[in-house]
Amino acid sequence: MFTRDHDQQLFADTTARFLDDHFPISRVRELARRQRSFEPRIWTKSADLGWTALLVPETAGGGSISENGLLDLVIVAAEFGHRAAPGPLFGTAVVAAALGRWGTPEQRATTLSRLVAGEDVTAWAYTSTVDPIGSPCDGVSASLRGDQVILNGTLPYVEEAAAAACILVTAQGDEGLTHYLVPTCASSIDIQPLQSLDMTRRYYHVVLRDVAVTTSDQVGEPGTAADHDAALLDLVAVLQLAEVTGAMQTAFEMTLQWTADRYSFGRPLASYQEIKHRMADMKMYLEASEAVTRRAAAAVAEGAPDAAAWVSAGQAYVGKYGPELIQDCIQMHGGIGVTFEHDLHVLLRRAVVDAQLFGTPGQFARRLAVLLDDGDE
Amino acid sequence: MTRDGDVIDIEDFAARARAWLPDNMPSADPNAGHFFLTSSARSDDEDLRRIAKCRELQRRLYDGGFAGICVPEEYGGQGLTPAHQAAFNREIRGYDYPVEIQASTFIPALALLLEFGTDEQKQRHIPAILRGEEIWVQFLSEPGGGSDAAGAVTTAVRDGNNWILNGSKIWTTGAWYGDWAICLARTNWEVEKHRGLTVFSFPVRTPGVDIHRIELLNGSHEFCQEFFTDVVVADDDRIGDIDAGWSVVTRWLFHERSISGGSPYVTGTGNRPPGGPQEPTAMLESARARDVLDHGNTLELIGEAGALSMVGEALIESVSGKIQSGAIGHHAAAVLRLYSGVSNVRKATIAYELGCENIAVWRSGEDAFGHVGIGYLMRQAGCIGGGTTEMARNVISERVLGMPREARGDLKPFKDVPRGPLARTQTDG
Repeated sequence: MFTRDHDQQLFADTTARFLDDHFPISRVRELARRQRSFEPRIWTKSADLGWTALLVPETAGGGSISENGLLDLVIVAAEFGHRAAPGPLFGTAVVAAALGRWGTPEQRATTLSRLVAGEDVTAWAYTSTVDPIGSPCDGVSASLRGDQVILNGTLPYVEEAAAAACILVTAQGDEGLTHYLVPTCASSIDIQPLQSLDMTRRYYHVVLRDVAVTTSDQVGEPGTAADHDAALLDLVAVLQLAEVTGAMQTAFEMTLQWTADRYSFGRPLASYQEIKHRMADMKMYLEASEAVTRRAAAAVAEGAPDAAAWVSAGQAYVGKYGPELIQDCIQMHGGIGVTFEHDLHVLLRRAVVDAQLFGTPGQFARRLAVLLDDGDE
Repeated sequence: MTRDGDVIDIEDFAARARAWLPDNMPSADPNAGHFFLTSSARSDDEDLRRIAKCRELQRRLYDGGFAGICVPEEYGGQGLTPAHQAAFNREIRGYDYPVEIQASTFIPALALLLEFGTDEQKQRHIPAILRGEEIWVQFLSEPGGGSDAAGAVTTAVRDGNNWILNGSKIWTTGAWYGDWAICLARTNWEVEKHRGLTVFSFPVRTPGVDIHRIELLNGSHEFCQEFFTDVVVADDDRIGDIDAGWSVVTRWLFHERSISGGSPYVTGTGNRPPGGPQEPTAMLESARARDVLDHGNTLELIGEAGALSMVGEALIESVSGKIQSGAIGHHAAAVLRLYSGVSNVRKATIAYELGCENIAVWRSGEDAFGHVGIGYLMRQAGCIGGGTTEMARNVISERVLGMPREARGDLKPFKDVPRGPLARTQTDG
């Protein structure tokens, strides 16, 4: 779907085989009933495939398949989407990218190297203090006490916070918004599980009460977190786009096959023009989603000036038509489409969570209008 | 263009265009890009002045070495690649160019001449087209035909070295000012409908061609209907083999669909000019002028329209790239046609929803409001012209997705195919 050459195709095939072996979509339902939906042992193995290193510079122990790791990581994200696979892909990728870009040598040698090796996973607590994206919240405050930084505040939803070794937190201090890596083993950090539509991706409500970190936990210069969060938001949004597009493709192919196999009134469903025309519309949504995802990924990978506009256009479109396509697949299946045993809802859940978190389609549409307006003046 | 046998580097070519354009092509006039299906009508005089301007601009492109970038050098073109044309299309943004004659003259006419024309036909017409001297129109649809192009009943009968044409064509853009036409006609009624068709070319003002203008609901008189009475066409002007016209029409429809993007023969972005009340920039401007930018869901709707435009751009790049690399068949161009239809419908609706009462009732001089209203009345035209979106959905489902074909009532000699309801029997009354 997003491969451009032989090396990337090989990487996609390896990724697909690994996910098929460990997380066939049928297994997702079983994992959903467990407290922990991914096994650290398997995540460590996945690091051997290179997933965790893609957004990390070679000087920091990373490496990519093509010239740009984000264009490789969208391949992984699409494969995750195909199966609604479990695993802390986004939080690990985002924090690895942040440490690769802005981390200190010490942070690279410790936290980042464990991330790349798959020994630890991490989480990103995106708060919407910098952008009209996401729900408004009070955020986290930082105050100095001696050589310690004391953090207080609420992180409304953090993916895999319970499994993460540390969380990348944005806190408001005297010098503006600053990033800190907060170890989850810190005392006075409260991590409560949230209910989630997704079968295997777990989210947590995190409250920091006088959590003490030091300046060695600071990522980037003081006051840089707003710009850094905007860059990280574009990264994670591209991964979401790829994941939704992957889920759309699986649902579409499953449904196309279903229309050929299912007979009513002595004819395959596929022979009814109403069904054909809706499959044609779905093919258009799928091709369009793939196209804008590729374009947004390229723009973010290059650091193009219009990258945020492409990401916003992609989220506004894919976030709307991704779930719509899967809903129509359910309609084509009839009653079986709304049963727990069917795979379609597993894909729909992932698409909806990706569409809603880190900015809804409507919020990204507003952001695009503002960007177009700014570019106009 | 070759240097020492090598194709000129795309970046060098783009740089040459960048240097040439400012001195040779005028800046885009916001009022110049005019598409009659979505805009309000303009007068015949304005239309004719604009067409004369298009011929002049085409001549300038030719003189500058930027006409027919993908046309072989022996026919007056540049002999370069689609990537060169795409690079030139990027450079020409912001400049005026012959927008209105891209459809019909370059695709399908020039493209079909290249694919099916004899060497004589190519030598005669293609350099003339590239110099802006010949504007071509398409005699394809028929009054009784709708989307069923293969059901043509305009008849051509052999008469020595000539053919005699009788019948009628409709929905011809620009026939009243065009120079030459490609025309689909039936040459054999004894065989299945696709196997009895032949394509011809002839001057629009051939004796026996009677052209009528059609008035659209927005006041446009751009479309024409033609009536043919014993029109004499030389066999030398036949395009492709006798009774093999359907193979020409298949490519004809393909090229027609590619006006939405991705054609190597189209300069600029095709015949749908950017701008107009259905573009996000115009929506922003209008909302700011009325001080409603921050009201309700204004920004969200404008962003949705902006996303539709950008996704469309990405989709054209993606699907035409896949067609060129052979990853998908050429029928996938129907995906672009469908997208342009439904996204333009949505954008026209958004402009309408963002509007105020002045899009329904407006003062003279405040025509920007009226344009939104008329654009909404004309909304479905973009899903009808150039092959309906229903046909595109058929092509996608049957040819791209491999779903079963529709049942047919016309798989017999065409003379036996019903073309209307059966005569009422006595018992009906």
